[in-house]
Amino acid sequence: MAYRVVVDFDLCESNARCMEAAPEVFEVRDDDYLYVLDETPPEELRPKVEEAVRRCPKAAISLVEE
Amino acid sequence: MTGAGGAGPAVVVVGASLAGLRAVEELRHRGFDGPITVVGAERHLPYDRPPLSKQLLAGEWGVDRIALTVTTPGGLDGLDVDWRLGTRAVGLDVGGRRVALEGGDELRYDGLVIATGAAPRRLPGTDGLAGVHTLRTLDDALAIRADLDAGPRRVVVIGAGFVGAEVAATCRGRGHEVTLLEALPVPLERALGAEMGNVVAELHRDHGVDLRLGVGVAGFEGDGRVERVRLADGSAVPADLVVVGIGVSPATDWLAGSGLALDDGVVCDATTWVAPGVVAAGDVARWPSRRLGELVRVEHWDNAVAMGAHAARRLLAEPPFAGGDGGEVEPYDPVPWFWSDQYDRKVQLAGWSAGADEVAVVDGSTEDRRFVALYRRGDRLVGALSMNRPRPLVTYRRLIEEGAGWEEAMAQAASA
Ligand SMILES: Cc1cc2nc3c(=O)[nH]c(=O)nc-3n(C[C@H](O)[C@H](O)[C@H](O)COP(=O)(O)OP(=O)(O)OC[C@H]3O[C@@H](n4cnc5c(N)ncnc54)[C@H](O)[C@@H]3O)c2cc1C
Ligand code: SF4
Repeated sequence: MAYRVVVDFDLCESNARCMEAAPEVFEVRDDDYLYVLDETPPEELRPKVEEAVRRCPKAAISLVEE
Repeated sequence: MTGAGGAGPAVVVVGASLAGLRAVEELRHRGFDGPITVVGAERHLPYDRPPLSKQLLAGEWGVDRIALTVTTPGGLDGLDVDWRLGTRAVGLDVGGRRVALEGGDELRYDGLVIATGAAPRRLPGTDGLAGVHTLRTLDDALAIRADLDAGPRRVVVIGAGFVGAEVAATCRGRGHEVTLLEALPVPLERALGAEMGNVVAELHRDHGVDLRLGVGVAGFEGDGRVERVRLADGSAVPADLVVVGIGVSPATDWLAGSGLALDDGVVCDATTWVAPGVVAAGDVARWPSRRLGELVRVEHWDNAVAMGAHAARRLLAEPPFAGGDGGEVEPYDPVPWFWSDQYDRKVQLAGWSAGADEVAVVDGSTEDRRFVALYRRGDRLVGALSMNRPRPLVTYRRLIEEGAGWEEAMAQAASA
């Protein structure tokens, strides 16, 4: 089942905890903004993306099953 | 007696908060399908504490916003946990693998996760005096908020650690008069060191906080309700509401007499293992950091998340959950990381500032309150602090992780 990564940018503080967990999907660039590189990551990245969800101190990331 | 109904190994988690929940989540993710009982002294399902001094106290968020969630299918219900909330564990029999609960009930376990966190230190002479608060739990935060909602308040915050500094900032944001009292000459000195603590001091002064450093509190005055905080120099500060934020102590009272090593926390080995069938995680746990070469205890959100999961894996690596003795589980040896939000400033620290020989600002400036500063101990990079400048911290955190030398860090700074 596919899933979509949704970030609430009002909550996000660009601290890049998600990037450390899943650099394939999340990138905080030098402009200090977070970019979602892949909104529908492949299934094999799910454990890393879930780890990013858990490590986000702002609970800004959610996964929507599609 | 309740617990494992003979259906294979049973897990008991004491502490229904961040570390405990992440341990349960990891147990289920790893396929453990036996009974799990979670005992929690508070009556609430696990919730997130950081907003208590921030959005919740500000009145921006309601209680529903701070519930902790899991990625497990079916959410919290999908964890299939027997929640024993509003119930305190009062004793532990390590040999008999039993946890005693208040009220006389006992839980038998094959695996136990100790995740009781920490409790705020209190000041003498505050019992029964209305208007004097500590801030650790949701109920604490709601009580303070209700008190603030009652009208303009002269707030006195005792202790300029992170919780005290955040409460001061949030109360200023709500328009209250705030006096912040700190016994040390610099706020946040323990966490950030003197130089960077001074940057935070100026931040609070610029926002109209009456910051008084190097002052001792002698006592409280008031008839049923606090009216004044008496200082050691004989003067007094008028107060309608006091928040005491003088730090926390690990919640190990219930383990007295258990035979476990208690020394500023439950002492674990490098893999979070405490005793046969027992692991510990979060604010309550102290472990030998190979990185630092000493026992450490970390009171940060990120540590509770990572250590909770690590402790779960450690538990599953030994009998009766697995054949091995857990020896194959890696040591838990993270670079600590925390954040703090005060006014519109976002502070983050990776690594350690304590015992640093030098602090160098390598990006931005402290005047602009947008910068990155690095901490040197000997010839090593040990810590990195950022204020409203998150991206470079990722790089420096990785360097700390790799055990980089100071010269390498400086070269990185020069090339950025
Ligand atoms: C106001 C506030 C703001 C914070 N802000 C930040 C921040 O911005 N950044 C950051 O990194 N960290 C922050 N923290 C710290 C972070 O919340 C903690 O590190 C984290 O909650 C630790 O989780 P834990 O599960 O180890 O312990 P806790 O969250 O303390 O949970 C322990 C639980 O165990 C229960 N318990 C204790 N004894 C018993 C017993 N005998 N029987 C049963 N249950 C028991 C307690 O009631 C509690 O619910 C903040 C903390 C507070 C209080
Ligand atoms: S971890 Fe959360 S707050 Fe941090 S950058 Fe990622 S989404 Fe934003």
